[in-house]
Amino acid sequence: MSVAQIANGTVPAAARRVARRDPTFLVAVIAFGVISVVALAGPWLAPYDPNELYVGPLNGAPSLEHPFGTDDLGRDILSRVLVGAAASVFAPAVVVVLSTILGVGLALAAAWFGGWVSGGIARLVDVIFAIPGLVIAVLAVTIFGKGLAAPVIALAIAYIPIIARLTRTAAARELAKPYIAALRVQGVSSPAICFRHLVPAMIPIVAAQMAVGFGYAMLDLAAISFLGLGQQPPSPDWGSMIAAGQAGILAGAPEQSVFPAILVVITVLAVGIIGARVTDWAEEKER
Amino acid sequence: MNVLTRTVLGRLGGMLLTLILASMVIYSAVLLTGDPIAALAGGAKPTPELVEQIRAEYHLDDPVWSRYWQWLTGAIQGDFGRSFVYKTPVVSLVGPRFGITLQLVLLTVLLILVFGVGSGILAATRGRVVDRTIAAMTSLGMALPTFVVAILLIWVFAKSLGWFPVYGEGEGVWDRLWHLVLPAISLAVLFIAYVSRVTRGSLVAQLHSEHVDTARVRGIPRRRIFGVHVFRNASPQILAIAGTTIAGLFAASAIAEVAFGLGGIGSLLVQAAARADLPVVQIVSLLLVTIFVVLNAVADLISAIIDPSSVGGGRTS
Repeated sequence: MSVAQIANGTVPAAARRVARRDPTFLVAVIAFGVISVVALAGPWLAPYDPNELYVGPLNGAPSLEHPFGTDDLGRDILSRVLVGAAASVFAPAVVVVLSTILGVGLALAAAWFGGWVSGGIARLVDVIFAIPGLVIAVLAVTIFGKGLAAPVIALAIAYIPIIARLTRTAAARELAKPYIAALRVQGVSSPAICFRHLVPAMIPIVAAQMAVGFGYAMLDLAAISFLGLGQQPPSPDWGSMIAAGQAGILAGAPEQSVFPAILVVITVLAVGIIGARVTDWAEEKER
Repeated sequence: MNVLTRTVLGRLGGMLLTLILASMVIYSAVLLTGDPIAALAGGAKPTPELVEQIRAEYHLDDPVWSRYWQWLTGAIQGDFGRSFVYKTPVVSLVGPRFGITLQLVLLTVLLILVFGVGSGILAATRGRVVDRTIAAMTSLGMALPTFVVAILLIWVFAKSLGWFPVYGEGEGVWDRLWHLVLPAISLAVLFIAYVSRVTRGSLVAQLHSEHVDTARVRGIPRRRIFGVHVFRNASPQILAIAGTTIAGLFAASAIAEVAFGLGGIGSLLVQAAARADLPVVQIVSLLLVTIFVVLNAVADLISAIIDPSSVGGGRTS
């Protein structure tokens, strides 16, 4: 999507309005869009096999054949960054989707049933909150072994409190509104009120929280890979590449660490901006 | 019993209950492994003697509740069990490493409070340009995780400029501090940005409130309005966030420790997890969770003391 396209109207009017009023948001959406495409198409975009050794010199500087240079084993860094995008982007997405399903489910149950169910869920959420996400992930790795699977499930559980507390508050506020009472008086069944009215009303708030949570999940999972407990060699992801490149920095070849690091920062920045805007919209709608 | 005492006792009770439940979660990890012997042996092929030793040491023939109880009471008394990788008591692994983590966290806390709260105050009080600049910096800062800052610092300050050491913890007070500067900065950046935003937000909310307008109209000096009416009212919220942040630092410290080769409990936790050394992972996790919960409770209580109305449902005793 170029500036010219925006000007001559090949993009919808709404997008043009956004572009004029909020260029930062537009840049963030485009950046995230590009990264998502790369995450999907990485293996087809990569010029080399990401795991093939000695396709170039060891710790080679950026060149025409290897735009991002080559790593300590002579692998093409650009190819590894492109292929590694899938694990780096989809793993946090899975974390966010899982924790949203679990968190919203628990919050709805708490708001709906109240009483001891609500109390028990609140206690459960408190206990999960008391264990830092990194600790839950490390415990999971110790039990189930290294790799991304255990940390993804562990973080999905670790993020439940954030989602559940927010949704619980929002659901309670929504349930207190007169239209819910009106529906009840009309004899609309409880599940129908819940799924036709309550859940749709909370979508904006939950969506905003998902965008914010995606950023956290990406940072946490990249950290776990950086610590050597996530994605295992030779498969690349950005966190493990940053760790593997640390020796290269001291040898005067920072490319292996720096390029994936830049991508982590850009992705988290883009998602953060998108999350902040969606939060603003959700709050405006609430008023 | 007044509201504050009741709050303190209530929070203490809640904290203890949370800690006990969390310790159960951590202990139950040993059940999830399916075969506890294999997990406890830490990947080593269990010989009959080792199996016997593990059975005896972990009382595997006892019911699980009794095992949990022995583990917990042992941990409280300083008996942390024995690592199956290092073959030494866990306490001898954790003890010497805890100091380094504590020093790193304290230095990081100092940076977070000075730069986080400081820039938040500047953003809230020094006009639009300063506010915008700090907002841009904190947006970037919130996307700069410890491991990214760490490799950038190593690249620029350790490798290119050679101002700071890259690896290890140093000897003696000043050398230690020297070795901890870059790790502390890498750990602090993201949280400085976060604390700065919260500080600014709560200060701005106070600055726009009616009681501040009233104070201004009454001719109370600006400095006094800020100190007594704005900062004091905003401080419980700032403290709550700073408390949670600092509490989480002990766990997050692992990333800085690994990046800079510091032998703290965080890097011990990571090494133990990589080798499936469950006894070490469980004790360090229990330690980190205890620190996290206690510090959160302390921050909560300090907020409650500064602003009793925030906990007593607005009642005064």
